[in-house]
Amino acid sequence: MATLLAGSDAVPKSPAAWFDALRAAALERANALSVPTTRDEEWRFTDLTPLTKLQVRPATAATSLIAADIAGHALPEASARLVFVDGILVPQLSQAGPLPAGITVLPLAEALQSHAVLVEQHLGKIAGDELFTALNTAFLNQGVFIHFAKDAVLKAPLHLLFVAAGQDVAAHPRVLLVAESGAQGCVIEDYVAHGEAAGLTNAVTEIAVAPNASLRHIKLQRESPKAFHIGTCAVSLGKDARFASQAVTLGARLSRNNLAILQQGEGIEVVIDGLALIGGRQLADTHTLIDHLKPHGCCEQVHKTIVGGGAHAVFNGKVFVREGAQLTDSSQQSRNLLLSDKARVDTKPQLEIFADDVKCAHGAAVGQLDPEHLFYLKSRGLSERAARNLLTYAFGAEIIDRIPVPTLVAKLEKLVMQQTGEKAGDGA
Amino acid sequence: MINPSAKTILEVRNLTATVAGVEILKGINLTVRAGEVHAIMGPNGSGKSTFSKVLAGHPAYEVKGGEVLFEGKDLFALEADERARAGVFLGFQYPVEIPGVTNSAFLRLAYNTVQSGRGKDELDPLEFDDLVREKMKLLEMNPEFLGRSVNDGFSGGEKKRNEILQMALLEPKLALLDETDSGLDIDALRVVAGGVNKLLTPDNACVLVTHYQRLLNYITPDYVHVMSAGRIIKSGDKSLALELESRGYDWLLDDKKTGNKAVV
Repeated sequence: MATLLAGSDAVPKSPAAWFDALRAAALERANALSVPTTRDEEWRFTDLTPLTKLQVRPATAATSLIAADIAGHALPEASARLVFVDGILVPQLSQAGPLPAGITVLPLAEALQSHAVLVEQHLGKIAGDELFTALNTAFLNQGVFIHFAKDAVLKAPLHLLFVAAGQDVAAHPRVLLVAESGAQGCVIEDYVAHGEAAGLTNAVTEIAVAPNASLRHIKLQRESPKAFHIGTCAVSLGKDARFASQAVTLGARLSRNNLAILQQGEGIEVVIDGLALIGGRQLADTHTLIDHLKPHGCCEQVHKTIVGGGAHAVFNGKVFVREGAQLTDSSQQSRNLLLSDKARVDTKPQLEIFADDVKCAHGAAVGQLDPEHLFYLKSRGLSERAARNLLTYAFGAEIIDRIPVPTLVAKLEKLVMQQTGEKAGDGA
Repeated sequence: MINPSAKTILEVRNLTATVAGVEILKGINLTVRAGEVHAIMGPNGSGKSTFSKVLAGHPAYEVKGGEVLFEGKDLFALEADERARAGVFLGFQYPVEIPGVTNSAFLRLAYNTVQSGRGKDELDPLEFDDLVREKMKLLEMNPEFLGRSVNDGFSGGEKKRNEILQMALLEPKLALLDETDSGLDIDALRVVAGGVNKLLTPDNACVLVTHYQRLLNYITPDYVHVMSAGRIIKSGDKSLALELESRGYDWLLDDKKTGNKAVV
């Protein structure tokens, strides 16, 4: 535990006493906890031992990058781009707008003063208090605050780019997003690497969506094969809200993606798409929780993994339907494609239903490429390898093609096409 | 069109094959020359679909004996994809659905792979689009099918049209059409058969595997073969198909049981 807390004494004081208290409480909490082991149910298949052997600490300054270093990550559709390097916001690399009226994007430190009430109301209230969230809060110094005012509409997505560049850096970026009633928008969290440094990204995103607002959250993680990535996204939804989560995991040696969605009001619609494409010795763990508290809610979830080499994918999907959440319609599909004999998938749907008039479907499938599909493509002249790559790509494309950002789709398609070739090859 | 001096495209000699250890083909002999249309008919389970899949290189079937020459070369020395590039085409009875891959991308990939395998130029997306739209007219296909995933949600008739569209693009020397007619309504059958007819030339050949005589009203075979229990038990001209239509298969099977020699 000591290694993960290294540098916590160097976190600068803030002007807000409540904020300092929040961090202090989180530090105390983190100190009291130990790093989970595979004996903990929540970490049963994900062994964090390699992470504890890392000597990481927060960067005191961002690795110096120039615009050309990150040019390849640009998304032309984005309305604004905030760039964090080693967990530190770099204004020179960012483009803050122009943004339409009612949309505010600020460094968290500024928002602590300009939007003190809103920040205090939501920060640390949506995400839970498990170890990594507590660590993120304890180190909280860098982050972004996004506010969508009532009925404000942001057509072009906001692009948050997190670049891991320095060796042995622990980055604890924090995103707080508050969408007021009737607002609408899309935010992309994009985690990339510059170089192949080993380090830890421990990101926490808290999202509060007010009644009748509509929000899309896209997360793309393609960090270096030596990196560790722990990400938590916690979402609280009000009546008639609509929320879509699309997460694509390609990178990191070990990654854990937590998504927790609380349906606090009636008539909420949620879509959750997940895709992990891994190979070599990678481990990608996704834990989701959708909590239906009120009636007439629906959620449609598809989680796919493509696992090559000796990689290991983990999926745990909790669906809770609370007493009184009648007429909930929740479906969950876990579909997994194994590309080699040594690849492994652990998938666990977990439905707990306390209402009697609901529709809840779930399914899990683990399989390999269908020989009939391969033969069909080969009978059209495609080599075994080309046929395998195309089918693997197609399996992932179902998720990717639903992302409504064309350049991101094109980028991902290219990346997936390239990686299916490589990852199928590993250890096969 | 029978031309005895035409080049032999396919020569099958005493072919035997098994699936999961069970012998399905028990000695097939067949010669197909350029310009010819052969129909292989027979009751369910006679091995006719297996025959077409063995020729195309389906991995589930194991060739146990005999030989097959394609344009004079050993067909079984080639993998399924190499056979396709060499000019063997299998029209599937049940075309596979591939969600996530658009039909246009798939058709272009297949086309360019086969073209480059034959030492010809590949086409860029715009050039290919012109070509594929032209070929779709042969099959009265709506260009909308280019933008959809391969066979995904297509009706039976649409899938078969898409198969013949692939045949039109890949220009095979030998087209093996496995039950291309089954499940088609009469309008779709007319269109699909019309498409096949337009693709037949004096330089290529077609083997139709079919359960029903109906298809042969639209594509006139030069030869009709009847398969039973893994062998061709009778061969004739198109009148044999009409005879089968009126008399069924039993008389042939009875002939066989009583030891009468089938006319080959």
